[in-house]
Amino acid sequence: MMGGSVMRGLTAFLAGCVFGVGMALSGMTNPQRVLGFFDVLGGWDPTLAFVMGGAMVPMLIAWRIRARMTESVLGAPLPGPASETVDARLLGGAAAFGVGWGIVGLCPGAVAPALSYGGWPVALFFAAMLVGMGLARGLDARRAATA
Amino acid sequence: MDPAWTNGLIGGLLIGSAAAIHMLFNGRIAGMTGMIASALRLVGGERDEGARLSAAFIAGAIGAAAGLTLAVGAPEIVVTRAPWALILSGLIVGVGVTFSNGCTSGHGVVGMSRFSKRSIAATLTFMATTAITVAVIRHGLGITL
Repeated sequence: MMGGSVMRGLTAFLAGCVFGVGMALSGMTNPQRVLGFFDVLGGWDPTLAFVMGGAMVPMLIAWRIRARMTESVLGAPLPGPASETVDARLLGGAAAFGVGWGIVGLCPGAVAPALSYGGWPVALFFAAMLVGMGLARGLDARRAATA
Repeated sequence: MDPAWTNGLIGGLLIGSAAAIHMLFNGRIAGMTGMIASALRLVGGERDEGARLSAAFIAGAIGAAAGLTLAVGAPEIVVTRAPWALILSGLIVGVGVTFSNGCTSGHGVVGMSRFSKRSIAATLTFMATTAITVAVIRHGLGITL
């Protein structure tokens, strides 16, 4: 039986394909383009602004459509209201992420498709990123245990 | 218009469309930080639907990029080969996005387009520290990575 769960899995895979092709085409899997955008003191490369601007258009529309839906097309619950908590954890994490992003120029969204053609340096970055995610979760667990 | 900008715009529209499909059809936020963390639950033996859908999305992203490479060749990618930089950068990114609960895709694209204060604050913060880091490394220390 083609249950809703199978259809949702296939749709997720297809959405991932579109994401991967978009990332590859956008140039954002090339760290030099990303670093070029942030290098305001060097030869500024505005490509990243086109990518983010372009990516926000379908999502602006999608949030408007979502407001009129009670469940997803394939019957899953829709995301609830956004959290509005701006705290030290959010800002500290974001600040750290930027420092890491500025060193090599790879972010989590770009690294997945880049794994397919970026060779060992991308694989090494990805492995270190997973270790970092695990470390942060470990710190959380320890804090929760002592609290 | 520079062809890189056109490709960026079309690529961005595809990235946003992928996120829109994932939300409207599956009810899920296409933020890579959350999806990687969620897919990793499968490794821990949890097989909830969120974890499976995240894994399917990531598999699609990797698979489509591999298919594209086989079909028309790999896109240009120039990444540093300095192991210290790759390890340091990966570790800091991994810790950072876990605490901020999102990265460029989740906060920058999905969250900002719903005008979430949290996502706007996170995005402005990481954009600023990225620019500062690039300035310090390239122009302060004079290192080319």
